[in-house]
Order: sequence, then C-alpha cells, then structure tokens
Amino acid sequence: MSDEDQGILWEVFIQVKAGRPFKHVGSLHAYDKEMAMKAARDLYTRRNEGNGIWIVKAENIISSDINDGESFFDPSNDKIYRHPTFYKIPDGVKHI
Amino acid sequence: MNDKIFDYCLRIGDTSLILSHRIGEYCSKAPILEEDLAITNVGLDLLGQAESFLNYAAELKGNTTADELTFKRKEKDFRCLHLVQTPNIDFAFILTRQFLIDCYHQTLFNQLINSQDERISGISKKAIKEINYHLKRSTEWILRLGLGTDHSNQRLQNAVNELWMYTDELFIDNETDIKMDKLNIGPLSSSLKNPWEQLVTSTLRSASIEVPEANLYSLQYGKNGFHTEYLGYILAEMQHLPLLYPDVSW
Repeated sequence: MSDEDQGILWEVFIQVKAGRPFKHVGSLHAYDKEMAMKAARDLYTRRNEGNGIWIVKAENIISSDINDGESFFDPSNDKIYRHPTFYKIPDGVKHI
Repeated sequence: MNDKIFDYCLRIGDTSLILSHRIGEYCSKAPILEEDLAITNVGLDLLGQAESFLNYAAELKGNTTADELTFKRKEKDFRCLHLVQTPNIDFAFILTRQFLIDCYHQTLFNQLINSQDERISGISKKAIKEINYHLKRSTEWILRLGLGTDHSNQRLQNAVNELWMYTDELFIDNETDIKMDKLNIGPLSSSLKNPWEQLVTSTLRSASIEVPEANLYSLQYGKNGFHTEYLGYILAEMQHLPLLYPDVSW
C-alpha cells in the first residue's frame, strides 16, 4: 500500500485536564477531520490520558529548519542573565 | 420469571459476544492501522457489555459463571441474533453490520436504561455511552463510503442489500419479549422498529444508498435458539481451547 492510500498526516495534542496546556502525543493518518478526531480518541485516550484533543494537519505546522540551529539558538547559550534567577521571590508567590 | 430474564440477558449478551468475536477475527486485517485499532476497540466494548449481561445471567441461573456460559454452552442454547453471525466478507460488510447493530443497540438501550430491573438499567447506563460513540463512528463511515467513489458506493450498497434480510429478526417478538414488556424490564422488540428505521434510512439516504424492500427470509430465529450455518464454526473456534483443556488458566 502506498503512503497516499493512508490519507492525510495529522499531529495530535492532548490536554490532561481543563486549564493545562495541550501536549503533543503523536501523529496518525486519516482521510478527513472527523475520522482524525475519532482515531485520535481511539489511539491516544484509551487509558485516561486526557479530556481534550487538538488535531492539526502536519502540513500546517511551520517548523524551524535544523540547519538554522547556529544562528537561531546558539547565541542565547551564553546569556544566562536572561533567566530571572537573580531576583528574590516573595514567599507568597506560587507556581514559579 | 427468572427464566425469561435469563433468556433476555443471553440474547443481549450473546449478540454482543458473537459480534465481538467476529470483530476479533478481523484484528490486524483492517485497511489501515488507525482503523484496525478503532474497530478492535469497538469489539472490546462489546465484549465488556457481553460479560456484564452474562455475569447477570449466570447469577440468575445459579451454579454457573459467565465463562461457563460462553465456553461450555451448546449452539442451540445461544440466543444471539443472526445478523451478528454473518461473516466478515469485506470492509463494507463489516461496517454495514456494525451500523445496523449500532442503530439497534441505541434504540434498545435507550429503553433499557429505564428498566425496572436495576441490574439491567445499571449495565445499560454504562453501555449507552459506548454505543453512542459506536454509532457516530459507523455513521461517519457509511457517509464516507456512500459518498466516496462510485466503487465504494457500489460495495456499500451491495453489503446493505445482502445484510438487509437479517434485520427482520431484530423486531420479532417472542414470549420473552412479551414477558419483559409486561414486567417493564425491556421493550417489545416490535416497538423498536420505527425509531430504528428512521435512524437507519435517514443515514442511508444521506449516503446515497437505496434502502432495500423489507423481506421476511426466515421463520426460525437466533433469539429462539435456531441459528445460521455460521454459528457452529464460530463456536468451534471460540470454545476450542477450553474444551481441549478444561479449566486451564494462564
């Protein structure tokens, strides 16, 4: 069977519970969005992994180019002061 | 009275059991991996429903278990509908059989959730959530195949034509139906016909599939213990291991 027979490639994101971020869990093939949603449910939420699903066509994801690594990411390697680690956090502040 | 509730639980339990076995036979053979997992998942739901009903049946009968009922009963003591005994001819047959049963299950279980028998209403309240999902899934496939290409439409139409005659049995009342209706445990099978037909025909028409003429093909029915030629082979395979090695565990 050729790749074309398997339909469109979709990327799946699952939310553990309301308010939490959607996290990428994997991909799947389906012919339309209804089928993609049901396949995502059957593939990725059978064991109580979450209560929310996002699906995106893989072709709609814009990804950074691995060859751009040097100019994109390396310059921040030696700029540790960009982390706010030099501040004292007041006792009452949570979730930081 | 318990005899008839026992018989009723066998009918519902056996129907789900044999359909789940047919789906199990199809495992690893679906056209794509995602679909393979999805349909097997439906089979597992059905097996769970079968287990609940057969557990209750075993308790009603006493001195037996759901496993014994499954693996040591003779063919004539099964009460499954003929429709679920039909073989996995192709994807269109499997989907059509599933769609017809899903519609039947939804109309039936929507009544059973209000059963006077607390055990049956309890099982049904859990099962109806699964059934609603099954029906959404199979309805989408009917539309996808019916409106897909001329070829997929033709294959689906063929499956609908071939399986249609088995739907007659779903709405035949026997003594068990009459007793269940009297005790407010379950509806008359005949009362499910109209809602089922509306559900089925509206989807089939939307999928450009012609609804076949109703026909009466048999006077013998699975719910009365008379079966298609297929059931013996299904049981031979399903019961093979426990018969060869009684009470074996793993």
